[in-house]
Amino acid sequence: MSKAAATRARPLSPHLTIYRPPMTMTMSIVHRITGGALYFGTLLLVCWLLSAAVSEDWFNVVNRLFGSWLGRLVLFGYTWALMHHMLGGIRHFIWDTGAMLEKHTATKIAWATLVGSILLTVLIWIAGYMARGTLL
Amino acid sequence: MTDMRTPLGKVRGLGSAHEGTDHFWRIRLTAVANVPLFLFFVGFLVSLNGADYATVRQALANPFVTLIFGLMILSGLYHMRLGMQIIIEDYIHGEGMKLALLMLNTFFCIAVGAASGYALARLAFGG
Repeated sequence: MSKAAATRARPLSPHLTIYRPPMTMTMSIVHRITGGALYFGTLLLVCWLLSAAVSEDWFNVVNRLFGSWLGRLVLFGYTWALMHHMLGGIRHFIWDTGAMLEKHTATKIAWATLVGSILLTVLIWIAGYMARGTLL
Repeated sequence: MTDMRTPLGKVRGLGSAHEGTDHFWRIRLTAVANVPLFLFFVGFLVSLNGADYATVRQALANPFVTLIFGLMILSGLYHMRLGMQIIIEDYIHGEGMKLALLMLNTFFCIAVGAASGYALARLAFGG
């Protein structure tokens, strides 16, 4: 067969546009996105460490930025990304052993990573505000 | 099915890319290490929330904290370099662009590591 025939635009059956994504697929995509976010999020950690190392003035500048409502929103998202990526990773450890790969079980633990990550994030922030003394 | 692999290929077990499961293994190894290291980090930040400069400085000068932070940064950066490599290889198909981004990926991780290492050393030894 000639090469042209194989590369000519051929009709495709509809796929992504009508496909209802299963939870495992959605959490897989989210795992990758949170990984990417955590990658660039390391810059926040570096800023914080460097400012603490350099001087009190710089530390206060970074603290003010992180403490603003936008800063706190970003850090809340960062916490969630870390928790989601961690639970997703633990789910992968389980799957690596060959366990819990059955369709319905896999869907259940995909949901568990989402619910668990939100719960952990909220708990961490409650603990944070308690440490600050602005809660309870 | 007939096994077409040579005995040498089989005993090496590295496949056509000659890397075997090395990438997979390293990403799992660092992932396992990351779990306790980052949980310590989160706990550390929670406990220091709202603390003033002197308290934070003192906490970050603790040798145990320096050690755990150092390990966390090493393991974390190695893990994220491997992860970003997968993302780049999955989506970037132009050979030149792919190589450039793979290099940039390594440079980024080393730069983050160098900056954090510098900060940790300064925090630990003063100055």
